[in-house]
Amino acid sequence: MAILSKEEAQAILKKALSYSKAEFCEVSLGGSEGGNIRYARNAVSTAGQISTMDLAVSSTFGKKTGSATINEFDDASIAKVVKRAEELAQLAPENPEFMPPLGPQTFQESATFNPVTAAITPDIRAEMVAKSLQVVKEAKLEAAGFLENGVRFNSVMNSKGLFAYNKSSDVSFSVTVRNQEGTGSGYVDQSFNDVAKMDTLALTKIAAKKATGSAGAKAIEPGKYTVILEPLAASDMLGNMFRGFDARSADEGRSFMSKKGGGTRLGEQLFSENVNLYSDPMNPDIPSATWNGDGLALKRTQWVEKGVVKNLAYSRYWAAKKGVEPVPGGRNFIMEGGNKSLEDLIKGTEKGILVTRFWYIRSVDPQTLLLTGLTRDGTFYIENGEIKFPIKNFRFNESPVIMLNNVEELGKPVRMGNLMVPPMKIRDFTFTSLSDAV
Amino acid sequence: MKRKDFLYLSGMGLGAALLPNLSAFGNPIDPLQALDGVDIRVKKQMADVALNAAKSKGASYADVRIGRYLNQFVATREKRVQGVANTESYGIGIRVIANGCWGFAATNKMTMDDIAKTAEQAVAVAKANAKIQGEPVQLAPQKGYGEVSWKAPIEINTFEVPVKEKVDLLLQVNDIALQNGANFVNSVIFAVNEQKYFASTDGSYIDQDIHRIFPSFGVTKIDKASGKFQTRSSLSSPMGMGYEYLTAGANDKVGGIVPRYKNRYDMLEDVKFAALNASEKITAKSVEPGKYDLVLDPSHLWLTIHESVGHPTELDRVLGYEANYAGTSFLTLDKWQSKNFKFGSDKVNIVADKTQKGSLGAVGYDDEGVKCGKWDLIKDGILVNYQAIRDQAHILGLKESQGCCYSQGWDDVQFQRMPNVSLQPGKEKLSVEDMIKDVEKGIYIIGNGSFSIDQQRYNFQFGGQIFYEIKDGKIVGMLNDVAYQANTQEFWNSCAAVCDESDYRLGGSFNDGKGQPSQSSAVSHGSSTTRFNGVNVINTARKI
Repeated sequence: MAILSKEEAQAILKKALSYSKAEFCEVSLGGSEGGNIRYARNAVSTAGQISTMDLAVSSTFGKKTGSATINEFDDASIAKVVKRAEELAQLAPENPEFMPPLGPQTFQESATFNPVTAAITPDIRAEMVAKSLQVVKEAKLEAAGFLENGVRFNSVMNSKGLFAYNKSSDVSFSVTVRNQEGTGSGYVDQSFNDVAKMDTLALTKIAAKKATGSAGAKAIEPGKYTVILEPLAASDMLGNMFRGFDARSADEGRSFMSKKGGGTRLGEQLFSENVNLYSDPMNPDIPSATWNGDGLALKRTQWVEKGVVKNLAYSRYWAAKKGVEPVPGGRNFIMEGGNKSLEDLIKGTEKGILVTRFWYIRSVDPQTLLLTGLTRDGTFYIENGEIKFPIKNFRFNESPVIMLNNVEELGKPVRMGNLMVPPMKIRDFTFTSLSDAV
Repeated sequence: MKRKDFLYLSGMGLGAALLPNLSAFGNPIDPLQALDGVDIRVKKQMADVALNAAKSKGASYADVRIGRYLNQFVATREKRVQGVANTESYGIGIRVIANGCWGFAATNKMTMDDIAKTAEQAVAVAKANAKIQGEPVQLAPQKGYGEVSWKAPIEINTFEVPVKEKVDLLLQVNDIALQNGANFVNSVIFAVNEQKYFASTDGSYIDQDIHRIFPSFGVTKIDKASGKFQTRSSLSSPMGMGYEYLTAGANDKVGGIVPRYKNRYDMLEDVKFAALNASEKITAKSVEPGKYDLVLDPSHLWLTIHESVGHPTELDRVLGYEANYAGTSFLTLDKWQSKNFKFGSDKVNIVADKTQKGSLGAVGYDDEGVKCGKWDLIKDGILVNYQAIRDQAHILGLKESQGCCYSQGWDDVQFQRMPNVSLQPGKEKLSVEDMIKDVEKGIYIIGNGSFSIDQQRYNFQFGGQIFYEIKDGKIVGMLNDVAYQANTQEFWNSCAAVCDESDYRLGGSFNDGKGQPSQSSAVSHGSSTTRFNGVNVINTARKI
């Protein structure tokens, strides 16, 4: 059994610590069980079922640390892995950035586990995929998709008394639907902790509608356009930016958060006033674990308020060096929005482009966070509040920082992976060339 | 990948900083324990248990991969070691066909009982999915090779080189960077050893030992007053070699405006130039957008080949198997069938090769027991072939697979992956200097940078590490903010000249991603310096 209860995990971790002779010892135990189905050309291509569990030990003498893991759990194996970590620690060079482990901490109970999701079987997966295939076969379209579910537990304990445990379940589904001529393509991608929210039939219908609707796309000139980014497209752009909310790289002068002349842009108005970003492990739509790898409790953290940078993440080491409290990075990122739907945003747009998603986004310049990438699986021209016709895909060169300075309107946030983002209307979004890709 | 991304090791001290992103590769272990292989007789016994269990449950075909995947990371920044970690992953993956459908299951519990149960589970997965299967799987015939083996021809096993020697080298690299004006430097040696054993119901028992190494660094120069920073990465290449890659002699160096390397690499020399280049980049002229003739060094061109030739000639993409992730391909079967699809100019000859010595893709046999070879993809500019595996060969009318099957580990199912794909050198004698002499308005690009290409591989954009302006046949200075955008077919048709084989070098990708759940593979791409005429260059500078 790869998924242990809190008590079962605690027992193994305690046993591991009882063998330790190191100055500090940290042990962690994690396991997962899950399966997947991949399909293409309207048939299953691959499928699998995998389960794993690992114990990791990290032993420290002074500032010398060694770590080792094992996946056997009898007493002799546990004693052996502790000894191995201690031997490696003696061989290791000193790490001047070593931080002694924290003592006991209090963590909120997370909302990441759902028993129904945890009980998904290979047959349930096959049924969920069958529903998706039913949609495309009836519509004489072609689907390629992926369904994956898993249960995971993580736990950590150290010789100073810290203990943390979390159990989570998740299910994710994505499907690309194309017409038989290969001239139209649509896509959806959703993940949830609760499988009851996952409707593979309805999602496939959305992708099918986009596949049909995007056929016969017209070419329009590249340039600056008002765009409506669906939540998926918006999350593609923002995911990159969130990783930059790090104090150390900003202080070191090598981030878009670095200030001219030295220091960081903490406290500066970096975005439009309607931009508010935060992390919150207890958000019911996108729950996360309530602790991080440093043993710090995760709580709601405001990163941007009314366009002003309110917080940057500080590791325990960097916080100590800078004389501030550590700020753990978020495990989810939430951008606030309004109540309008995507359709409302389209209705209020005189001329613009609707983007379903972006693809192959890469950093071009870390200084400005300039990104390049392409639109994919449904790009449409909007005129007088209506979708007029599908257009050919574009390559863009745009920075999410510039983009969040050009926010005209935000809709209701939707979960996309570990982000909650609203559909957004952005002016002057830069498309630099056309692509023939469908 | 979410399942694996959860592997919880962050904040665990030594090596831990590296591990969260590398969890797919295995678990940290004692370096000394990594060296003993698993007894081949035991592997054969385990394989037979799996094959027999699968057959007894109704599998019409089964293969087994027993894998021991070792990795070592030594990572430093400035004057300190960030992490030293050895990881090992050992287990068995069993793939079967039952009721005409594929099934797969994997376990790290290596008792004969658990292996038999896992084989039965693979058959059960196949049978469950056969209910929603379309056409039955059609496998190209493959003869059994009996008990055979293949070993990468390395000179020095990287895992046997003391960690201290690697740490000392990297700290010396960092020291040189700092002495030459860099503000920050990261350096890494990453080594891989795949010990894999394959057996199938066709009668093959194949034992292979594969080694890869990737030394690399990145330097950063900060100009506090202007708030600008610039980086320059190493011009090394990941290779299918041992530690001998780090023992460059005079013959391994290519002269020119900055030193570049073939076959072996001088990290200490490269980092000195990198630090100087990063400083130069701070004040380099911002490029004037427009059309330029590009002279592309192999340390740059490998990535353009990878993205615009390697991926679109993958048959699984062409057929739609990657439609939901990596994408499809503009090189549709009708273009190949026409026998006259002009992919590039007549200078463009591109081969697929799974046998090239020192390359990342070199193996004796692929991960479904097919002996590896070499074949043309683009011949005199015309598309002539793809990259296929056993269940696709019939689509191309082939009688056997081209041997392109690979899995990143025992716990992932094998599927079609890119062989080494390389541009052949020009047949006439031509040096880089002579090539540049002929260019009126051009840019010489060295090293790979930002890269992006659409899902059918038409439209791409590439950056680089260093850019030099060419005016009237001469290099006149460094440029900044350069990226070129093109359409794949137009780009390769603008190929005007390829330097001769004396300039031929390998570049490569250590982590090419494809598949769901995503898997990583390593692949090399060779070329000589090549000229492309009239390519669209954009300026990437912005203000925030």
